[in-house]
Amino acid sequence: MPIYSEKVMEHFMNPRNVGEIENPDGLGEEGNPVCGDMMTFYIKVKDNHLEDIKFKTFGCGAAIAVSSMVSEMAIGKTIEEALKITPSSVAEKLEGLPKNKFHCSNLGAQALHKAIENYQSKQKKGGGKG
Amino acid sequence: MRKVYLDNIAGSPLIAEVREAMLPFLWDNFGNPSSLHDWGDPPRIAVDDARSQVAQLIDADDEEEIIFTGSGTESNNFAVKGLALAHQEKGKHIVISAIEHFSVMNSAKTMEKLGFEVSLVPVDQYGSVDPEEVRRSIRDDTILVSIMHANSEVGTIEPIKEIAELVRERKVVFHTDAVATAGSMPISVKALGVDALSLAGNQFYGPQGAAALWVRKGVRIMPLIDGGIQEGGRRAGTENVAAIVGLGKAAEMATVNQAVRMKHLTPLRDRLLTELPRKIDHVVVTGHPQNRLPGNASFCVEFIEGESLLMLLNSQGVAVSSGSACTSRALKASHVLIAMGLSHEIAQGSVLFTLGLHTTLKDIDYVLEVMPPIAERLRQMSPLYAKYIQKAKGGK
Repeated sequence: MPIYSEKVMEHFMNPRNVGEIENPDGLGEEGNPVCGDMMTFYIKVKDNHLEDIKFKTFGCGAAIAVSSMVSEMAIGKTIEEALKITPSSVAEKLEGLPKNKFHCSNLGAQALHKAIENYQSKQKKGGGKG
Repeated sequence: MRKVYLDNIAGSPLIAEVREAMLPFLWDNFGNPSSLHDWGDPPRIAVDDARSQVAQLIDADDEEEIIFTGSGTESNNFAVKGLALAHQEKGKHIVISAIEHFSVMNSAKTMEKLGFEVSLVPVDQYGSVDPEEVRRSIRDDTILVSIMHANSEVGTIEPIKEIAELVRERKVVFHTDAVATAGSMPISVKALGVDALSLAGNQFYGPQGAAALWVRKGVRIMPLIDGGIQEGGRRAGTENVAAIVGLGKAAEMATVNQAVRMKHLTPLRDRLLTELPRKIDHVVVTGHPQNRLPGNASFCVEFIEGESLLMLLNSQGVAVSSGSACTSRALKASHVLIAMGLSHEIAQGSVLFTLGLHTTLKDIDYVLEVMPPIAERLRQMSPLYAKYIQKAKGGK
């Protein structure tokens, strides 16, 4: 299916880090079923680093590949580094996304950022970890 | 790996006889049907023959009522715009169903921009149009009703004969888009009682590039393509002779073999319709359970999205299509599924199998074997499925 790059196909066929984390330190959801793509990211944080990331995605090939790539890019990184991941940098790592798919399927970075925000707001409330 | 092609709606192979009939017109018989010299004779005779063959396919009395066009889309554009424009002195109101093909839907939208009014007739959960709803939507200024004979996405066959009776009572012109049915099931324009009917050869093993609009004698239509006097001045432009010959031959073959083809397709379709929901939980059959196209099996697989399903089926050698938002270039879920009352969430899981002459029982069984693990794999990845499972657990 040549509408997707080899890298997208590779991540779609063998997505990394699919799953859930029980009692995650942060959880982020992005998208809605009307546009066709929904992503949930779960993170585990240790010493300001993303120790573990898991995701679940409902969506097209691109959406699944994006989630997989985001998880791979962010795992082991510091919070600050992970917040620098953008839809563009994800698309670049995936060797490009079809133009019409760029916005709807490229929600992985936002979902991850939401998980981080969720973690940070828990911290402020005095969750006392990290 | 086994290759199973179940996307015959998108394209299907030519029948050998059709290809053979076309070949001379791509080579020796290159003449123009309008020419008076000898070179014009074979193509002119061939186009005339094709006209008779197409007329016979739909039980039309007069082959002059057949207008060749370039595609089913063109036929539908011609019907909606040409019939509306020719009757506008009587009124400017058009009635179509909510599940028409884009070529009818968007033609009607264009007419709206030109000052016409369009009413959409709703459908029920099976995609069936209620003739009573059509009758209710007809006004004194209604000049055209266009309801499809069958919907190719969900397979539902509409009660065209009943609708035509009600429309005729109001003396309104009635067009039906029969692109999904012509050549696939018996059609008689006389029995249906319609005024105009669209068909396309590539839906019954003819080539792309040749289609037709049948318009009952005496019904006025305004040409959309002006030029020479081809097609009786109703559709100008040098004929696509080879494709028209192919359409004619395909029509002839369909007329002869229709019953055998339906007998081949129906049990295969029914096996898929019955077995797939048994093999995979939370699969909804879309369209009418019985009253549907012989080669059409359409579903929505809950909690997963159609494009990723399509891609994983492709990786197992199976070709299908989907009405999900992600598979459409417009990134919108199928208006047909939404009009039938399905939620966007469920419509995203749309998958459409269109069977053909070459489809075998082994093909169907192969799909039934490879698809459940694919659905399971995508569900394990789906946040919607996780939520559903959680809810189910909590409810216990």
